[in-house]
Order: sequence, then structure tokens, then C-alpha cells
Amino acid sequence: MKRGLDGPEPETRPTPAGRRNKQGIRIDPEVEVTHEPRRTAISALVEHEPGVLSDVSGLFSRRQFNIESLTVGPTENDDHARITIVVEEPDPGIDQVEKQLRKLVPVISVRELEPDAMRRELALIKVDAEQPGQVAAVADMYNAKTVDSSPETATIEVTGARQKIEAAIDTFSQFGIREISRTGTTALARGTDRTAASDSTGQSADEANYDGQYTETATDD
Amino acid sequence: MSERAAKVTPPDDEQDDDQITDSAAPDAATEDDSAAGDAETTPAPVTSGAEAVVRALENAGVEYAFGVQGGAIMPVYDALYDSDIRHVTMAHEQGAAHAADAYGIVSGEPGVCLATSGPGATNLVTGIADADMDSDPLLALTGQVSTDFVGNDAFQETDTTGVTTPITKDNTFASDSDRVGSDVSEAFALADAGRPGPTLVDLPKDVTNGETDCEPDAPAVPDTYRVQEQADPEIVAAAAERIENADRPAILLGGGVIKGEASEACREFAIEHEIPVITTMPGIGAFPEDHELSLEMAGMHGTGYANMAITHCDTLIGIGTRFDDRLTGGIETFAPDAELIHVDIDPAEISKNIHADYPLIGDAETVVEQLSEAVDASPEAKKWRAQCQQWKSDYSMAYDAPEDEPVQPEFVVEALDEATSDRAIVTTGVGQHQMWACQYWTYTEPRTWVSSHGLGTMGYGLPSAIGARLAADDDQEVVCIDGDGSFLMTLQGLSVAVRENLDITVAVLNNEYIGMVRQWQDAFFDGRHSASDYHWMPEFDKLAEAFGASGYRIDDYDDVAETIDAAIAYDGPSVIDVHIDPDANVYPMVPSGGDNGQFALTEDQL
Ligand SMILES: Cc1ncc(C[n+]2csc(CCOP(=O)(O)OP(=O)(O)O)c2C)c(N)n1
Repeated sequence: MKRGLDGPEPETRPTPAGRRNKQGIRIDPEVEVTHEPRRTAISALVEHEPGVLSDVSGLFSRRQFNIESLTVGPTENDDHARITIVVEEPDPGIDQVEKQLRKLVPVISVRELEPDAMRRELALIKVDAEQPGQVAAVADMYNAKTVDSSPETATIEVTGARQKIEAAIDTFSQFGIREISRTGTTALARGTDRTAASDSTGQSADEANYDGQYTETATDD
Repeated sequence: MSERAAKVTPPDDEQDDDQITDSAAPDAATEDDSAAGDAETTPAPVTSGAEAVVRALENAGVEYAFGVQGGAIMPVYDALYDSDIRHVTMAHEQGAAHAADAYGIVSGEPGVCLATSGPGATNLVTGIADADMDSDPLLALTGQVSTDFVGNDAFQETDTTGVTTPITKDNTFASDSDRVGSDVSEAFALADAGRPGPTLVDLPKDVTNGETDCEPDAPAVPDTYRVQEQADPEIVAAAAERIENADRPAILLGGGVIKGEASEACREFAIEHEIPVITTMPGIGAFPEDHELSLEMAGMHGTGYANMAITHCDTLIGIGTRFDDRLTGGIETFAPDAELIHVDIDPAEISKNIHADYPLIGDAETVVEQLSEAVDASPEAKKWRAQCQQWKSDYSMAYDAPEDEPVQPEFVVEALDEATSDRAIVTTGVGQHQMWACQYWTYTEPRTWVSSHGLGTMGYGLPSAIGARLAADDDQEVVCIDGDGSFLMTLQGLSVAVRENLDITVAVLNNEYIGMVRQWQDAFFDGRHSASDYHWMPEFDKLAEAFGASGYRIDDYDDVAETIDAAIAYDGPSVIDVHIDPDANVYPMVPSGGDNGQFALTEDQL
């Protein structure tokens, strides 16, 4: 008895000319566009309630979004907290991060920060203090402060953009680094621009279908 | 006393009559009657958290709740004792979640399930995950150990909100007796708002036991949850122009169409503009499959003609679908010539898997009406429609059923369809039988197809038939088309169906294999049937009788029609053990990640 169905075989069927890339975008097979991964800071204003941080961080890990850093803290409003997340994703991925974040019920608003936003992180760097004078000189160079010193160690506090912190750590390493603790990036939009306003309404359809208008790579200021 | 009796009695005519008289004759009521009526409509104030929980459910109009008792949830059950909500005790919490899920699909209102803490809650997890993947409205209420024990690994403690965060739309740990009623109201509203989904409220015992006189708020979603109803008019206009100018248009209807009550609007739109219609698996029933424009379901086991049409169209109007990989096959080859108009209420679905050229965020019915307004001229697609009809005959879903062979499953599905009305509801397990139930049953109405799509949960069939039965109209038959492996996973639910005397017909397509696995082993693992040969199956007809249901068995074609008629006619749960051809496989088939247009019609083509 027959097993299966009748009809023209696969090889005899017509096939369309078009093709899509992995992001489901229709492409000209001749000139394939690839989206380079992009790093950016996303700011989310959330209800200040238990569990919201695990909701957010859980969302990132389960959807395989790549978190570089995540900071959270209170805001001017006692009921709200601000979460700043630095992500590195292929372009359309960042759009998906924002949309998924917006779906969480305790999330009030979400926004990707402009490249010119202020981004800061803090690092505590504990080094060997065999040459206290030189340590102090380097600290000066980075506008850093010595916050603790002992006969054997000095601990320096540096704040600034990520690149500055990296550079400072690099320079301090000549003294022998014992321990480092960093906070990850926190950020605010410049000037009168609201970072993530609690009164923001639902996104527009254009925003919903982000198609790569922010092509500029975000740089730390 | 009589009230209590009513709660444990199966739904019988007497009770139904009571309800009808209550609502149908308010005008004719005497003064005494109306006083009694008032006493019913103005219930006593709540005194405990548990009473507030039950009051919230009553305010929301909940008629049925499915669950299993236990220590931490006992206060809520105690409050239910005095309520008119009918609690259906299930034999396993997984069944409670599936029953509530199916109740939600058929009725359009969130189904409610209850479980105790720890194992009760974890048993719900599969059902909650299932509802999450299929965007079914569901409210789960779980007991929890008292707040001062939480975090101490107390007896039957599980971090239920932690476990269910990834599989719920939202969940809440209730921490205050004064708030708990409103927590439940809000969770009920959220389950149903925008894109539906499961919500959960975890109820510590001290919170439900705690005293309160706070009545729950009316069901309402929190203001951080915003839903956009109407799509951007500019994009609607652009999409309309695209539709007018299409040479090869196709409409793809997903489950969101049914959930958004947009079937009627979509039918009108498709028929007015003569655009061929394809459905996803959850979209089955959104468009009548006996209509000329219908190409039925596309995807892995979709019809050849649906897959040809979706592959070759130049304009695809996807409504309420999330472009699941079982539908799209490989992304690179999915509708590669098509500009996509995507209608969805959830912005995160837009361009998640397939890039939308025309993103239309909003309620399916509203947006389809907007589109109807905006499209002035139908696309000129006569040739395309003729091509679709040609594909229908080229790749017809015909099968051989010679008398001397074992019974073919397709024949059984068609016979069941014939023996029942158009509005009959089909529920299924997961496997080959589910695919035959998609392919060979002709669906014409929304909310008549109840299945586990996104999660693909074996064992979904029987408990979902229970939930569907309680939500369905009396004149709608409920047929569960199950696989032997799937049925075995949750068949303890038969005890519930018997106790409640639910008129359900279960047809187990018994191939003594977990057949879908065997099919893949035949195709991709050199026929090595590792752990898929289930020759140790019980006799399901006898098993049914042991539960108190009626049992039937089919071995050859001569029995099919007669046995099916008898089982359908039986007023109560019946099980037909249908011994089908153990080697039957499902075709067409697009291998995982394959090209939809290259579907295989036989094993040799895989
Ligand atoms: C709970 C669960 N476990 C395992 C699977 C994997 N699986 C998918 S289909 C299938 C076979 C189903 O067998 P059966 O219910 O007998 O139906 P048939 O394919 O024979 O019609 C299995 C094991 C699943 N989908 N769900």
C-alpha cells in the first residue's frame, strides 16, 4: 500500500527568488547586510517593589540577551527605581530587549539612551603601596581619591566613563593590584531630555518596529 | 445543607433549571423571592483574606474553578465552601491547569485553577507554561506556607513566584490580607487584557487566614500595563495600498484572531477581497475550512497547498500570529518574496522572528476594521487564486484505506467529524494524532479547536476536554482525539469525568508507539526505535470501564461508524480504543528548519 501523499516532487516545484537573513529581513541575495553587534545603555524606570530586579535580570538571561552591566537604585520618587542596563546585541536584538522589558508589568518606561548621554561607573582599586608617592600621582591623573591606606595597601576610588576606568586600572596595575570592585554603568540623558519619564505613553508603531535608525555606535562620553 | 449538596452533585437538569428560573423570571418574582434574590446579590462582608480571594473571583463572574486541596490552600477552599463557584476537584494539578486553560479557550474568559503549595504548585507548572506559550487566559492561585516560614525550606515550600516568573504574564506574592482580594482581581484582569496569558497569585496561609474587612477592588489592570487598540493610520494606509497592488496576496490567521474575536471581521475582509486564507495551528477555526478561499494550515505538517501559497505569495497579511518556527520552517526561505503586513496586539511580536514591513500594532478586530476601511480596491489576483486551486488539487490530502489493511487514522478522524455537528469541539494530546486531527477534520468555527501548540504537551487532551465540556454549550459535542502515549499521561482525569458525568468522547488512536517519535526515528535515526515502542499499552476500553466510563474498541473498518455513533450517543464519558495502523505516518512534512515549499509527501522525499 502507498505510504505518503501524491503530488509533484520537491525538485520539480518552482522556488521563489527571494531570501531572508537570520533576522527575518528580506535581502538581496547578492548584497547580504549583516548587523554588527552594538553596545548601548538602556534605562528602565520600574516600580520600586520586591522581585522587580529578578524579573528584569531573569528576562535577560532567559532570552539570551547579553548583559554587560546592570545597576539599580532609587530615584527622586520613592515608589520608583531606575535600572540601567548596558547590553551588547545585534541591532534588531536591542529592539527586542526594549520590547520585552516593556512587557513586564512593574516596568513603567524603557528607553535606549542617546550616544551623548552621561554614563558613569565607580571603581574601587586596591593596590600595593610600596611607592605611595607614585600611587598618589596616578590617582591625581585620573581625578581619583585615595579612600583608604595602610602600610601595605592603598585603595583608590575612581568614577567616570567605562573607558576611563579601564585606563585607570591599566595604569594602576604597575603597582600590583590586589582587588577591584566596580559598580557597572549608571546613566542619565543630557539637559532637559527625560531619561525615562513615568508619564511616557505607549510607544509608537515606528518605535515598535525599530529598523536601525540608530546606526551610530554608542560611545562612552 | 442543600447548598452543600449542590456543590458536589454533577451538573444535572435540576440545577440548570434552577439557574434558568433565577435569571429568566425576575419580573414575575414575588416580594419574598426578590428578598431572597437580594440576599444572594448582596453577600455578607468579607472577614478574612481567603474570603476576599473568593469574593474577587465572584466579582469577576467566575463560574468554575479546577483544583486539588492541600494544607496551604485550605483557607481558600474553606471560603469556597460557601460560594456558588463550582469547584471541580481534579485528580492531578496538571489536569487542573489544562482544564482551566481549555475553559478559557472555549469560553473566552480566564479559566481558574487552584493548587496547594510545594508539589501542588509545581504540578501546575506544565499547564501554566502551556497557557503561556499559547497566550491562553488563565489565573492560577497557589497556596504558600505562612510568611514567617517563607525562605526556611518549610514543609511543602517552593518559591512558586520564582519558579513561574518565566512562564507567567505576571505573578504576585500576596503579602497582606487587606490587599489579597485586590491582588486576585488584578491578576484576573491582567490574564485577559491585551495579549492574554497566565497570571498567578501565591497565597501564604497566614495572609488568607488573616482577618480583613477589605473588599477586593473591581478587576482592573495596573496603569503600567498599556495596550494599544488602534494601529497607526499612516501605516494602515500604506498597508492598504500594498494590498490593493498585490499580485499574489495571502492572509495568515493565527490564534490571536480567535482570542481577539476577530474571526468574523477577517472572514468578511478575505471574502470581500477574494484573498486566499491560510491559518497557523492555533488559528484553526478562524476561517471556515470548507470555504473555497481556505488553504487550511501551513507549517511543518500543514497542507501542501498552504505551504506553496505561503512560500510564493508577494504580500502576506499575518494577523495575530507570532511566526513560530513550526510555522515558518527555516527563516531564510519563509515567504521570501513577500512584504509582510503584521497585525498584533503585542509590540514584541513585531519583527521578532520575521521582519514586518508594515507593523500594525493593535487589537486584531479593530485593526482589520481599519484595514477594511482603507482598502478601496481588491487586488487583481485571479491568476494567483487559480494557482492556489491548482495546488489544492495537485497536493490533495487524499489517503488510501484498503479494507484488508489495519484501520488508517485519517479515516477515523473523518468518521468522527462526520458523526458530530459543525460546532463540535476537538481537543487533542500531542503527536501524530494531533496532526491528523488538524488535517482531516474540517473546522468551520472559532473556539472549536483546543490543543497544545507552543509547548506541545502530551497529556493535554483529556483534562482539556473536561474544561472544554464545562465551557461548551450543551448541544456541542466534545471529542478528544488522543494518542496512546498522551492519554496514558493524564488518564486519571477519567475519574473526574465520571464523577461529574461529563459527556466527552475520547478516541485513542492507538498505534502502540509514541508514534511521532517513531516517525522521526524512521526518518532520521535509521529506524532505531529507541524507547518509542509502547507494546505494553493497557486495553483502554477496559480501563475506561474500570473508571466507570463506557469503553469501546475498534479493530477494523466494519466497526468504525457504528462504534463511533454509540460512543458519541452515550451520555457520559466514553473511550474508544482505536487500533490503527502502527506504521502510519503524517504527511506532508517539512523537516525542522526546512523550506516550507519543499515539504515531503513521502518518506523518500525527506
Ligand atoms: C510531556 C511530553 N513528553 C514528551 C514529548 C515528546 N513527544 C512529542 S510527540 C510524542 C509522541 C506522542 O505519542 P502518542 O501520544 O502515542 O501519539 P502518536 O504520535 O502516536 O499519535 C512525544 C513523546 C512531549 N511532546 N510532551
